[in-house]
Amino acid sequence: MTINWFKYSSPATFYPLAGKMIPLFYALAAILTVIGLYISFFVAPTDATQGEAYRIIFIHVPAAWMSMFIYLVMAMWAGLGLVMNTRLSSIMAQALAPTGAMFTFVALITGAFWGKPTWGTWWEWDARMTSELILLFLYIGYMSLTAAIDDVRRADKAGAILALVGAVNVPIIYFSVKWWNTLHQGASVSITHAPSMAKTMLLGMLIMALAAWMYSIAVALSRARLLMLEREKSTAWAQEVLEQKS
Amino acid sequence: MNWGSWSNFIDMGGRGFYVWGSYLITLVCIVLELGLLARHKRTLWQRLTQIMKLNKQG
Repeated sequence: MTINWFKYSSPATFYPLAGKMIPLFYALAAILTVIGLYISFFVAPTDATQGEAYRIIFIHVPAAWMSMFIYLVMAMWAGLGLVMNTRLSSIMAQALAPTGAMFTFVALITGAFWGKPTWGTWWEWDARMTSELILLFLYIGYMSLTAAIDDVRRADKAGAILALVGAVNVPIIYFSVKWWNTLHQGASVSITHAPSMAKTMLLGMLIMALAAWMYSIAVALSRARLLMLEREKSTAWAQEVLEQKS
Repeated sequence: MNWGSWSNFIDMGGRGFYVWGSYLITLVCIVLELGLLARHKRTLWQRLTQIMKLNKQG
């Protein structure tokens, strides 16, 4: 059996399909958040060195992971749009940017709220924090650039180049704690080592990360539908959608 | 994890401000994003259905 994947890259097919999937992802996000928060506050033990302040980890780490991962996915879609000239790709890239920026902001702000009680400072210009701040500027830059250019195709192209060049920053963020002597601690979870934390702490963090994933997919798909409808407003399928709802 | 009492839970071992502050700001960010998205949807639909009606009138 062969599946025609290109069928799903056409807005006319994608629009109703995404519409059906969005409530499912929101529901999963909500359920996982409830389970994740329960584990974070009622199952995970007090940390031996940091006391209760460490509980910020359950949002800080998932947010930081999402901030980097969404950027890579965004750059990939933008690059695909640039090379293949597919309509859906550039829309996906633009749909992801605000959510990525939101998670970057959350990672930075929760980092500050965690840094103050544990390091005694809200902010330090160390490699990890500075490169994460640059990530926030890259997201803002991408959104401003694509919004500032009226011609949609030109906006997509310019944005794609910015997104691709900026992708260099992501490995810098990730490896910053290894490459430089930073105030920020090293990775608690990595592929090569066993996690350096209690099992229930890790479980809480992973479930919260999964919730963040589901939320991101739901929001990005919702935004993609709006961008799609706006861009294709004069096509037959968009007219049909508008006709049905009005 | 047994907190014993609500006040212990809210106090978070003296770090309540930082822990709850983080969670509150995150909640605000998510609500804000969803709110902006809902507004985007509303204004876009209003605009597009308006254009459609005008086109029909000719």
